[in-house]
Amino acid sequence: MKDIHLIALTVNGTEHEIVVESRRTLADVLRHDLGYTGTHVGCEHGICGACTVLLDGQPVRACLIFGVQADGCEVRTVEGLADGDELSDLQKAFSRCHGLQCGFCTPGFLMLAEAYLSEQDGVPDESEVREVMAANLCRCTGYQGIVDAVRQVAEERAG
Amino acid sequence: MTAWVGARVPRKEDRRMLLGRGRFVADMARADTLHAGFVRSPYASATIKSIDVSAAKRVDGVLDVLTGADLGDPFLRAVLERDEFTPTEMPMLSGDRVRFVGEPVAVVIAEDAYAAEDGVEAVEVEWATGPVVLDIAAALAADAEVHSGTRNCLVDLVLFDDPGLDAIFADARLTIEATFTSARVSAQPMEGRATMAEWDDRDSQVVVHTSTQVPHQCRSGIAQALGIPERSVRVIAPDVGGGFGQKCVVSREEVVLAAAAMRLRRPVIWVEDRQENLTASVHGHEQRYDVTAAFDADGRILGLAADITCDIGAYSVFPFTCAVEPLMAATELPGIYKVPAYRARGRGLATNKAPTAPYRGVSRPQIVLVMERLMEKAAARLGVDPIEIRRRNMILPGEFPYTGVNTITYDEGSYLESLDLTEKKITEAGWYTERDRLREQGLLAGIGFSCFSERTAYGTPTMSQRRMRMTPGYDTAHVRMDPSGEVVVTTGTCGHGQGHETTFAQIVADQLGIHPDQVRLRQGDTDLTSYGWGTFGSRSIVIGGGAARKAADAVAGRLRKVAAHLLEVGEDDVELADGRAGVRGVPDVSLPIAELARVVHFQTHRLPEECRYGLEARESADPPGTFSNACHATLVSVDPETGDIRARKFLVVEDCGVIINPLVVDGQVRGGVAQGIAAALYERITFDQEGQPTSATLMDYLVPTATEICPIEIHHLETPSPFSENGSKGMGEGGTIGAPAAVLNAINDALAHRGVEFDHIPVMPEDVLS
Repeated sequence: MKDIHLIALTVNGTEHEIVVESRRTLADVLRHDLGYTGTHVGCEHGICGACTVLLDGQPVRACLIFGVQADGCEVRTVEGLADGDELSDLQKAFSRCHGLQCGFCTPGFLMLAEAYLSEQDGVPDESEVREVMAANLCRCTGYQGIVDAVRQVAEERAG
Repeated sequence: MTAWVGARVPRKEDRRMLLGRGRFVADMARADTLHAGFVRSPYASATIKSIDVSAAKRVDGVLDVLTGADLGDPFLRAVLERDEFTPTEMPMLSGDRVRFVGEPVAVVIAEDAYAAEDGVEAVEVEWATGPVVLDIAAALAADAEVHSGTRNCLVDLVLFDDPGLDAIFADARLTIEATFTSARVSAQPMEGRATMAEWDDRDSQVVVHTSTQVPHQCRSGIAQALGIPERSVRVIAPDVGGGFGQKCVVSREEVVLAAAAMRLRRPVIWVEDRQENLTASVHGHEQRYDVTAAFDADGRILGLAADITCDIGAYSVFPFTCAVEPLMAATELPGIYKVPAYRARGRGLATNKAPTAPYRGVSRPQIVLVMERLMEKAAARLGVDPIEIRRRNMILPGEFPYTGVNTITYDEGSYLESLDLTEKKITEAGWYTERDRLREQGLLAGIGFSCFSERTAYGTPTMSQRRMRMTPGYDTAHVRMDPSGEVVVTTGTCGHGQGHETTFAQIVADQLGIHPDQVRLRQGDTDLTSYGWGTFGSRSIVIGGGAARKAADAVAGRLRKVAAHLLEVGEDDVELADGRAGVRGVPDVSLPIAELARVVHFQTHRLPEECRYGLEARESADPPGTFSNACHATLVSVDPETGDIRARKFLVVEDCGVIINPLVVDGQVRGGVAQGIAAALYERITFDQEGQPTSATLMDYLVPTATEICPIEIHHLETPSPFSENGSKGMGEGGTIGAPAAVLNAINDALAHRGVEFDHIPVMPEDVLS
């Protein structure tokens, strides 16, 4: 007999009701039950950050949160960043600065950066951006393009 | 006429990735897809007395459990056709004996990944553990054997053996004996391995979607292991989340998934977790070099002898074999230095650890480290400036093409220029002042260099010298223009982060006079592309891109013929540019290229015979190989209290010939350097004395973050290669090749006054504190 629960969550503004096993991770709920496969799973133990999504505005590891814990929450994933087909300023900056190569870690970095930038008033210095981006792992870029992209967006948004 | 080659074109790949619309294997599971979980050995060495799957089959959600016997005991056998090589079999699911922790012995097929894991736990295996062989010394002692009758030596090659060398060592002003070691490391792509296989009744074939760098080799491996024709297997690599070599060999799990899908006639997916990736995939770079080198009083190297031993783990990977590291090391050790007399023995030694496979750099990080340390050691002992000693030994302008003592011919490079520019740049930027400032603050600080070349684009002329039964090297491209004037290119190369969709389009667009957005690259599908060898060994832009250029040039020739006929001008006067076929010297006469394509397809009767029936061409490239080169410099600080070592500044002067896209080249350099710094300071696959992995999570295996990797300054030189259609040289591995030596030299510079010298990587805080 499976231990199942009915939960309701909002993903990128769309409401979902779904039955999940209590042991099912939020990452699997998003990816396999609801089809938001943009969120990637890299390590399943909370280190790499590829699965980072925003849960009520805060960045979390979707591999370390159970789906049932997101009951009643608002979730934002990489699919929610663009305005239709129009890339957000952050997405454009990642491309311009070559902040991605294979693209697997990219959704996690975008969501981490989105949460960080939403709390910024001014333009952070490079070392602070590196400290924050050190929450996640990228194996392709050496991080330079990611750090440059985040700083450029902070500058643009600060006007 | 070049317009796009050399331009900083944003990547075509980016958009879908940024929108979360990339498609990786794990994204492909459908509602009817079954999930596989592997039962793996908990012991480094054991015989299997029994496997009981009955309880597992009763687990809720489990459909089936398969052992090797159920699948006909499939195996792969990688072969080097040399007497010095001992072939061994790698079972896809081991039935009688296991040789490392993580080796698969059965597969559970279930309704979802959770149930599959439940099933894996319920499989009962009775093991009888045996003695373990865990390092090079134990392998050589051969008190126990990983493969019976081999004495653990699967390959033993003496490639060069100058008889005058001992006399040189006896007579030389300076003879250095030293041992250099590098730890076992893991490529750690952020996407681990993943495979989904399903049977297609219509095409009567198993379709294997897999995260691979080498789709055709994967197809060949599956076909050989399962004893079926290659036509019965279609391998498709969708978006691949990094590889770095880990995915350039055929995984046992890929074969098992194909077999399971054929048996169950249902789609089956397997997505490994990080623990499996760290313990049960493949590793690399665990090597030891016992070296003797002789120098004259001016610091010129007179002779070099190396006994190279590589811990290759438990199996010979398919198809490269376990000889890939020792062969590469023994052949290429002299590098950019003019070594007059040389001896090299390379051995591959089996141990009870995961197999090794090519990982970014393949022995070059180690051989560069050996040569660069030797230069530093000789300079210190002879009182010669460490940069000057490199100048005295390296192949200089005017000496290219240079054929070395290792019989390799080096095409034109900028070895001296890159060193000179590096020295100039770091001096101007105040690195030496900064080093002094750090020292005044109480930190230990040092500056290190490495100079090297990177042999890339190994075609069959070079690969065949290894005598692999499956000899890679060539690649084939097909270019086809459709009636709307847009182009589809197919290649056997298989990009997975390198931006090939963009760079190949730049190359082809220039040949055809169209925009890169009108060129679409199709790759990674064995049914769509000619047999090819995938993406590894910095081969793709030279070989795949070279083939694409040749094919595009052939199509351009046909377009010029068509235009000449329609415009009633000479073929040689037709120019393709900006989407139009124009006439040289007659600016107002031209036709859109799309119009030419329309006529060729829809009104082919208007054209002479040789211009009819489509616009397509197929060409291959198979170069001897080409050498890119670089000089790396880094400023490192060492905290004497904590042992913390930081690369604070890093500068690269690199020369990969003609740059197709500087954005992509810089990205490859930076990512490569990050992996090189990681190998020098952070990463090490470890085991306990029973062979249990002790670096099985990313908390133990330290992939560096944005705070460990400093900004990397890059300068370019461009020395085109005559062996390359585009003049480009491969450059995917150079960052990883050069960085460890530069970091190690910088650490030794920082510690020199303490009389400490390190010749191993990684150097960890505990090394400094002891």
